[in-house]
Amino acid sequence: MTDSNSYDAIVVGGGHNGLVNGAYLAKAGLKTLILEQRHLVGGAAITEELHPGFSFTTFSYALSLIRPEVIRELELVKFGFNPIYMPTVFAPMENGDYLLLGPDRDENIREIMRHSPQDADAMDRYDHDVTRVLQLLRPLFDRVPPNIFGKSPEDAEDVAWLLGHLGSAEQKVIHDAVRLITGSIADFLDDYFESDIIKGYLAASSTTGTKVGPMSAGSGLVSLMMAMGEHDGHLGSWSFHKGGNGGFTQLLATAAEAFGAEIRLESPVDHVLTADGRAVGVVLTDGTEFHADTVVSALDPRQTFTKLVDPRELPGELVDSIDRFQFKGTSAKVNFALDGAPTYPALAGRTDQYRGFISIAPSIEYLERAYDAAKYGWYSDRPYLDCSLQSFLDPDMAPPGKHVMSCFVQYAPYHLKGSDWDTERTNLGDTVQRNLEAFFPGFSDLVLHREVVTPLDIERVVGLSEGNIYAGDFLAPQMYFFRPAPGWAQYRTPIEGYYQCGSGTHPGGCVMGAPGRLASQQILKDKAAAT
Amino acid sequence: MVMTTPFHPRLAELNTTQLWSHWSGYLSATQYDIAVKHEYFGVRNAVGCFDASPLYKYAITGRDAERYLGGLLARDIRTCRPGRAQYTIWCDSDGYVLEDGVVFRHSANDFLLTAAEPNLSFLRSQIGSLEVSVDDVSADHAMLVVQGPRSRAVLSALAPETAELSYFGHTQSKIAGAEVTISRTGFTGDLGYEVRIPAAEALAVFDAVWAAGEPHQMRPFGDQALNVLRIEAGLPLIGAEFTSSRYSFNEHDRFTPDELGLGWLLKGIDDPSRPFAGRRSILAERAGGASRWATVGVSVDWRAYDELYYSAGLIPPKEDTPAAWETMLYDESGGRAGYATSYTYSPMMQTHVGIARVRPELAAVGTPVHIEQTVDHVYTTSPGEVVKMPFFSPERKTSMS
Repeated sequence: MTDSNSYDAIVVGGGHNGLVNGAYLAKAGLKTLILEQRHLVGGAAITEELHPGFSFTTFSYALSLIRPEVIRELELVKFGFNPIYMPTVFAPMENGDYLLLGPDRDENIREIMRHSPQDADAMDRYDHDVTRVLQLLRPLFDRVPPNIFGKSPEDAEDVAWLLGHLGSAEQKVIHDAVRLITGSIADFLDDYFESDIIKGYLAASSTTGTKVGPMSAGSGLVSLMMAMGEHDGHLGSWSFHKGGNGGFTQLLATAAEAFGAEIRLESPVDHVLTADGRAVGVVLTDGTEFHADTVVSALDPRQTFTKLVDPRELPGELVDSIDRFQFKGTSAKVNFALDGAPTYPALAGRTDQYRGFISIAPSIEYLERAYDAAKYGWYSDRPYLDCSLQSFLDPDMAPPGKHVMSCFVQYAPYHLKGSDWDTERTNLGDTVQRNLEAFFPGFSDLVLHREVVTPLDIERVVGLSEGNIYAGDFLAPQMYFFRPAPGWAQYRTPIEGYYQCGSGTHPGGCVMGAPGRLASQQILKDKAAAT
Repeated sequence: MVMTTPFHPRLAELNTTQLWSHWSGYLSATQYDIAVKHEYFGVRNAVGCFDASPLYKYAITGRDAERYLGGLLARDIRTCRPGRAQYTIWCDSDGYVLEDGVVFRHSANDFLLTAAEPNLSFLRSQIGSLEVSVDDVSADHAMLVVQGPRSRAVLSALAPETAELSYFGHTQSKIAGAEVTISRTGFTGDLGYEVRIPAAEALAVFDAVWAAGEPHQMRPFGDQALNVLRIEAGLPLIGAEFTSSRYSFNEHDRFTPDELGLGWLLKGIDDPSRPFAGRRSILAERAGGASRWATVGVSVDWRAYDELYYSAGLIPPKEDTPAAWETMLYDESGGRAGYATSYTYSPMMQTHVGIARVRPELAAVGTPVHIEQTVDHVYTTSPGEVVKMPFFSPERKTSMS
């Protein structure tokens, strides 16, 4: 063993949570090494020039849920944090009409009234009620979940905090929270709205990345997670980081290195080295060893507990839980390089509708039918598409006058019945393009380049099991003090010195950074207690 | 009756909000878009254009023009070569600031001074026996401000000379057949230019710039976005940071250059060969350590600010609308520290920032201050500290590439 291969902490995986975790550990003075298997950091949050002059957010494509604490504590402003506000949502309709919402409440009400006078005051009530629930849940995102099974005084204190926090909320807020967490978004929206397009737009995010339909129990939970984000204090607002989420993770890497962390690219870890039940380092696939008494896995729970370490070293109950942990990836991406802006016939000559997301989800029924395919092992013929022409916000994404368009596709299940993704990749791309052509006539003529990313590609390239974009589904039994397994939601593992900090831990996926941050707090607390 | 600028026919079409304010007797767009922040980010990431035509403009020409401006302006005009411009101020004889503006030097004896307020009779009153003439040419020129990282690409496509301009340089050029002056100046703290255009040809030039800007996502920005941009850039605004000492009723409403943080303009003040208005008073102020205030940046402790609202069950407001009033500052013992003259949430800094006047002993970076606000209709304070200004100053602002 040489000194140069010894560290205080080694982080396995240079995705955003690995970078956040490594940055915090380095900032606290630990000699920290971050190991990334690919030639670039970022994991699923990368930007790549896949066609000359066009930058693609290959996987993750927008920023909202990044915790304000991470921005400030890692001094990201100093390194160039630049979240460009996405001011609009554009939801095309099958009859050629559309819903176009922006930051002006009163204009939104008039736009909603165009579709349903009855719904004019519903949005305010809905927004307010959801915001109250988000306020209730927000503190949970910034704290290590309590160990409700623990017996220590500290565990009792954590549980008491949680009960006190929930107990201080109003009955209606708690009830709404439970309805959303356990129920369907369709039922919840029916309490407020009658208009199909408004409900379709609001329900769409409830399906993102998870194998639920808007009528399924549990879709409310996904919807809440998506609404948890903010831009400058505006809840539920989204932004596009300068240079895409790859721009953001490059910034995280710069910050991590500025705090003293070392990042090694093209360094895939084969397994974690253990001795006497504790972590002592890692070995790369090429046999190189690095040593540290703290090893942090930023990979998903399946990798963390069954690939990086030997499951035989773990309690059987934990291994069972991880085996049961659901990863049913159901999302794909199709990214386009376009020769110009698409035309929406009802808004011919206008492009102001392209400054935020384009949500192709004209009704709850449309979404539910899209889900039907996934239930039976196939991808949607008419999928929910969450698109954005990011070059309208950041012109550096494409040559002048040309555009990149990111299209998130739901549903595309990892496990196909009777075929496989290498066979279906082109068909999926064609399906998405055909749907876009239906809403934007002439779309196909604009396509200069197309990049299809199936769930299999997500797994192969990024390493996320079954292509699950959250490193584990957002389902109530997999959240908070159950994420990723009962008793192991506090970022520790049964192997002393071995920690987890990926999106498979609380609070979960999306470019949030909270798992990386909270795990670092736990690691530093344990280190302090040990000395 | 309020007037419209030469660009108005185009801007009226672009102003989807139809929100206008009055600026020096002209209609000026408050915001063009439902999202001020979209305009703001346009300047920080792409390119934005702003109509600054209402500025007053004075042509100052004649054999003694340099000597005249040397005695009038606090910043040494002799260091401003033809093809250069200077941000400058002028003071009263007691060393208090009257106004600020930008002076462009076209040749040895040919200058143009911009100002936010009318100044013709004052400027002429300072001529004395010198051979110089001062003419109001405000209405002759329209002024199109083009700012943001893509501004160079947009204007260079029309006027290649633009690419060669250094910070505060200017050049004559032709756009759409019109003789224009392009200067690398602005009020956003970003890479940017101002194009001075003969009023009659304003629309043709605007159309050319707009067409060149479109592939770069150019969008117009209004007063509100400009205000956030200029606060981030730490740039003082007359009416916010100061008003002309000529109209002050007492000493609380007049300020010296040092008090306004503009002491850096007075380079060479010790040189007796240039006796400008207010010089001796300013020297006396400096000798006696008599400055009452120091101008600093203040920044709010975001966590404490957020917690103040969260603990009250509220959502912390982070509006991109600068406060319309002064914000009081307190020291560690609750005594008066000073006041912020401009105060806003800054998207680039991710917290609230303010341009502030504090007691000189509190001016060091890192000095704690407490910033007054109300929560639940009760006065309270958020902790903050003195920080370096400008808050935001990207390398591209002054770099050559």
